[in-house]
Amino acid sequence: MITYALIFAFACYGLALLLNLYRVMTGPELSDRILALDTMVINAIALLILYGILRSTAVYFEASMLFAMVGFISTVAYCRYLLRGGIIE
Amino acid sequence: MALWAEITISLLLVIAGFFGFVGSFGLIRLKDAMSRLHAPTKATTLGVGSVLIASMLYFVTAQGQISAHELMISLFLFLTAPIVAHFIAKVHVHLHERPKSLPEPSVGTDWASFAAKTPARGVRRATPDTPAD
Repeated sequence: MITYALIFAFACYGLALLLNLYRVMTGPELSDRILALDTMVINAIALLILYGILRSTAVYFEASMLFAMVGFISTVAYCRYLLRGGIIE
Repeated sequence: MALWAEITISLLLVIAGFFGFVGSFGLIRLKDAMSRLHAPTKATTLGVGSVLIASMLYFVTAQGQISAHELMISLFLFLTAPIVAHFIAKVHVHLHERPKSLPEPSVGTDWASFAAKTPARGVRRATPDTPAD
C-alpha cells in the first residue's frame, strides 16, 4: 500500500516540477521566476525524502538538508541582488 | 509493519502529493504576482510537512530508529519560508509598483519600503511621477 502511495506522490511532485518549470520560463515578472525556482527547490526536497522512503535509507536526509540551505540562500541572494544591486555590502 | 502505520503513512503521502501539486497548479493558474505568492506556501507547509511526518513514522515503525533529521528539515523550512516570501514580495513592490499604484497606507504615514532617503547602489528608485508599469 505504501508503494502505491509513494508512486502517487512521485507523480504529483514530478508534475508540480514541470508546472514550476513552465512558470520559470514564461513568468511575466522577475519575482514570479524567483518564486517558481524556490518552489522547485522545495519540491526537489520532497522528492528526495520520498526516494529515501522508497529505498528505506536515511542517506538522503543530509542531501535534502543541503538542498534546503542552498535553496534559501540562493533565493535570498537573487532578491538582494535585484533590490540593492549587490549581495554583500 | 502494523496495518495502522501503513494506512497512516499512505494517507500522509497522498495528502502530501495532492498539496504539492495544488501549490504548483496555483502558481500557474492565479492571475497576478501577489496572489501567485500565496499558492506555493501550501506546498511548503502541508506538502513537505506531510512527507516529513510520513518519513518519520516509516523509519520508526519499519526500522525502529527515531531520527531527528526530519524535524530539523521542517524547522528550517518553516523558519525560512516567511523570509523568502517577504523578500519576493519586496522585489515585486520595488520593481513593478509605484507608491501611487499601491493601496493607501494609514493617515500621515508612507510606505516604509519606499521611505528610504538615499538609494543603495544600483537600486531602481520608484519616483512618484513615473507611471506604474
